[in-house]
Amino acid sequence: MTFTQLQEDARQEWNALRNDNNPQIMIGTATCGRSAGAMAVVKAFEQELEQKGITAHITEVGCIGPCYAEPLVNIAKPGKPTISYRNVTPSMVTEITDAYLVGEDPLAHYTLGTFGDGKIEGVSRVLDTPSFKPQERRVFRNCGVIDPTNINHYIANQGYEGLNKALTMTQEEVVDIMKRSGLRGRGGGGFPAGRKWEAGLKAKGTPKYVVCNADEGDPGAFMDRAVIEGDPHSVIEGMIIAGYTIGSQTGYIYVRAEYPLAIKRLEMAIAQAHEKGLLGKNILGTDFCFDINIFPGAGAFVCGESTALTLSIEGKRGMPRVAPRPRTTEIGLYDKPTLLNNVKTFASAPMIIVKGAEWFASVGTEKSTGTAIFALTGKVNNCGLIEVPMGITLRQIIYDIGGGVSDGGEFKAVQTGGPSGGCLPESLLDTPIDYDSLDEAGSIMGSGGMVVLDEKTCMVDVARYFLDFTEIESCGQCVPCRLGTKQLLEILKDICKGRGKEGDHELLYELSHSVHGGSVCGLGQTAANPVLTTLRYFKSEYDAHIYDKCCPAKVCKSLISYVILEDKCKGCTLCAKSCPVNAISGEKKQVHVIDQSLCVQCGVCMEKCPNKFSAVDCVSPRVKTEVS
Amino acid sequence: MNNVNITIDGLAITARSGMTVLQAALANGLYIPNLCNHPDLAPAGLCRVCVVKVDNKKIAISCKLPVQDGMAISTEDPEVMQIRKSSVELLVAYHPLTCLTCEKDNDCELQRVAHYVGVTQEGMKRYRRSVRTIPKDTSNPFFDIDHSKCIMCGICIRTCDELQNINAIDYAQRGVSCIVATLGNKPIAQSRCESCGECVVRCPVGALAVKTAQAPMREVSSICTYCGVGCGLFLGVRGDRIVSVRGDRNNPVNKGSLCVKGRFGYDFVNHPDRLKTPWVKKDGKLVEASWDEALDLIADNFSKSKGDGFATLASARMTNEDNYLLQKFTRSVMETNTIDHCARL
Ligand SMILES: Cc1cc2nc3c(=O)[nH]c(=O)nc-3n(C[C@H](O)[C@H](O)[C@H](O)COP(=O)(O)O)c2cc1C
Ligand code: SF4
Ligand code: SF4
Ligand code: SF4
Ligand code: SF4
Ligand code: SF4
Ligand code: FES
Repeated sequence: MTFTQLQEDARQEWNALRNDNNPQIMIGTATCGRSAGAMAVVKAFEQELEQKGITAHITEVGCIGPCYAEPLVNIAKPGKPTISYRNVTPSMVTEITDAYLVGEDPLAHYTLGTFGDGKIEGVSRVLDTPSFKPQERRVFRNCGVIDPTNINHYIANQGYEGLNKALTMTQEEVVDIMKRSGLRGRGGGGFPAGRKWEAGLKAKGTPKYVVCNADEGDPGAFMDRAVIEGDPHSVIEGMIIAGYTIGSQTGYIYVRAEYPLAIKRLEMAIAQAHEKGLLGKNILGTDFCFDINIFPGAGAFVCGESTALTLSIEGKRGMPRVAPRPRTTEIGLYDKPTLLNNVKTFASAPMIIVKGAEWFASVGTEKSTGTAIFALTGKVNNCGLIEVPMGITLRQIIYDIGGGVSDGGEFKAVQTGGPSGGCLPESLLDTPIDYDSLDEAGSIMGSGGMVVLDEKTCMVDVARYFLDFTEIESCGQCVPCRLGTKQLLEILKDICKGRGKEGDHELLYELSHSVHGGSVCGLGQTAANPVLTTLRYFKSEYDAHIYDKCCPAKVCKSLISYVILEDKCKGCTLCAKSCPVNAISGEKKQVHVIDQSLCVQCGVCMEKCPNKFSAVDCVSPRVKTEVS
Repeated sequence: MNNVNITIDGLAITARSGMTVLQAALANGLYIPNLCNHPDLAPAGLCRVCVVKVDNKKIAISCKLPVQDGMAISTEDPEVMQIRKSSVELLVAYHPLTCLTCEKDNDCELQRVAHYVGVTQEGMKRYRRSVRTIPKDTSNPFFDIDHSKCIMCGICIRTCDELQNINAIDYAQRGVSCIVATLGNKPIAQSRCESCGECVVRCPVGALAVKTAQAPMREVSSICTYCGVGCGLFLGVRGDRIVSVRGDRNNPVNKGSLCVKGRFGYDFVNHPDRLKTPWVKKDGKLVEASWDEALDLIADNFSKSKGDGFATLASARMTNEDNYLLQKFTRSVMETNTIDHCARL
């Protein structure tokens, strides 16, 4: 079958669905949707439709992004814009069915907004909301829109057009367009993709391999998973184009075994691409052959590092190779030339071929073109996956898209780049998001985690949290990383426990620089970033811990005391009843007292004390206990 | 091979191209601290102690860095000294420092680098100290593995792989839990380890230590008596006792390597059961005899046993030349082809 025929078939199927006279119900059932309960919603709709004898199509789609609104249900009725219902529970399904599928009441209070042309009274357009307006959905273009298990949906939306076009171009022409697009690797390092593809093409030796890095080991990052689950073919198409470009016949996708749904989607997509002649022998009738294998990784963070990853595929221990070493493009998997890119890097390639380098570079900054994807989490109102043009400021992301700090809290810092990144304060909120600006501020773009922290966060504790991760995840082969992260962690733990001492500051600095300068791979080289940035921007908090034994955010248990305020306690006894260690004594209607020697700082008493009294207070440094 | 000229801390030296900066320095009598480097093994670049600055710009690891003409290497750059010192201090912070009772005392690379970078009591007070508490693996009859002293230089692992091709040990676990382990982390006696001890002699610290080691009073150059290879070795002696064996690196036969027998099997020398004179059976009882008496008896019996009633069992402990003569003797004097060899010791 020619590609035109494939396209025609696919479009027919797609248009038939679009122009159908029956309503469409699209439910986001990627892993994020599922954990919010989307599968129960799917079931509820199925039952409801059957019971009421309503004909409608239910399609399971990928993640649309706004996790705070999951499970999300999009309903498109013929001739109407699509309505997006937020936080749908099975119990809401009957109401929505009756009101909007049977009747015409959109139930505006349940909606996130509408997508597409037209207007529905009382419901705003999603893309006009401050949360969506600054976003530019390119890598996520199909996520939440198409059925990821149906290749025709992908093909009908310009899918495999890039491959079809690339096959008519020379390999050098593909490299050229990739170079001109300015696309930089989305795996964190930001290495120009075009230059890597060129090196792959020029590398001598056969066979050559194409490897997709879907290890995604940063805690809190799930962008790659969302892309694979919502639009697996975009990644596969990107890899096939890359294979054609460098002259490779074999691809591997290294995906963590903890992503079973992503693996399932990939397996299905690969099988479908085979069926359509888009993968395998003589792709689209040309001489070019390419196949893709899935390699489930065991989930070590360090195996996301390119050289550790290729060793892991070979069945060896995933330990980064030590520099000076040849580039992976020269000596990679099985010591053969290997092109290794991140999921989003590959997913970007087809669009670049179809729409051109200029189109790609039309958003973003001069040195960081295109869009960036972040997993926005923490103390922010609208958490979820966002795709924004490079160059947008942190402030825009947090306040416009994120809707500001949640629970009326006060902004304190934003952590980008996961365990390799840093914490940036209020004064740097106007930093534009691009590889170089974030680097300069002491953080990194990384793979795209972005955690908003409010005033109730202790910055020493945050640094401790990330070091806890890197210390465990270090592969252990080089001294500065293996022992440096351990020592940094132990010092931070001590500081949090009130055992910080004179000289800790200097030692933290010293060790951070040595771990940065002395470590073998990126894990160690960036492991101290959380320490260095918190020391740089929140030094006074360290001082308070070390010298005053005070945790200003009142997080570090060893530095806080709970006290009952004499003038406020009315002796309701609620606190005393709930204290797990019976540290509170007092008669009914008498002022209660906490025995500090028994208290374990669980905070339950503060929670239980009725708001009208608010008699329990948390103080730091600790109150002095009289030694009796 | 071409020579290249480089400078180290301003000193001009000549090196062969293909050498690493660390090799070039050591060959010229200049010490750059190093822990995970061993001349017999491919460089690993893990301890980061051999760090240097190149052309006043780039930080590099000298054990992995090939020399290039005109290179200017600095080992005393502030950044270099900081990284180096931190790495060593970190190792010391997690080390038991039981030097006085340690086999490697005075011959310990960790002691050496610690002295070199200037580790002080005062400086170490800043650190949180702790020592691994994994029990020693004492299962091997000849050496112990003390994980608390291990600096994870990987030399033992690379020795077993690159030199011995046995691969009995490898890294296991991650991060600070990372250890040298056998397959399934079983005691080493239950692994495929052949107890050659090659890893033990290369361990830069006391993590791998010979059980019965004693410092010798003097050393005697000798040849191993166990087999026809004839490895060169030094026997360490106290009085009339052998207390240690060490391979002779300058011996062209073994270049310092030894096998389990040559290295550890010397206790037979002073063993009370060892035969020192011939014994002859008289009236059904074995009694001590003189050499002349024994040899006469043998010659007498041999001359009566020519032909296929006779067989020779040769020993691998003899040289090739001795074994050649023995088969000659069996065939032409004893008139039989029935000769075999024990080379399965
Ligand atoms: C410790 C460590 C973990 C990494 N984890 C990932 C990962 O999970 N996914 C990823 O794409 N890149 C990861 N990288 C970056 C890769 O080494 C590599 O640079 C990247 O995959 C190349 O693809 P790109 O050029 O498309 O960015 C990691 C690097 C380090 C040092
Ligand atoms: S920096 Fe850490 S993770 Fe990287 S090689 Fe060294 S020990 Fe392993
Ligand atoms: S903080 Fe917890 S342990 Fe302490 S007094 Fe309150 S309830 Fe009891
Ligand atoms: S290994 Fe070296 S530093 Fe460690 S106890 Fe033995 S002699 Fe001392
Ligand atoms: S003694 Fe020999 S075989 Fe055993 S671990 Fe060491 S090098 Fe390997
Ligand atoms: S046992 Fe010795 S040689 Fe092996 S890694 Fe530890 S310190 Fe190095
Ligand atoms: S000797 Fe060079 S890194 Fe260890």
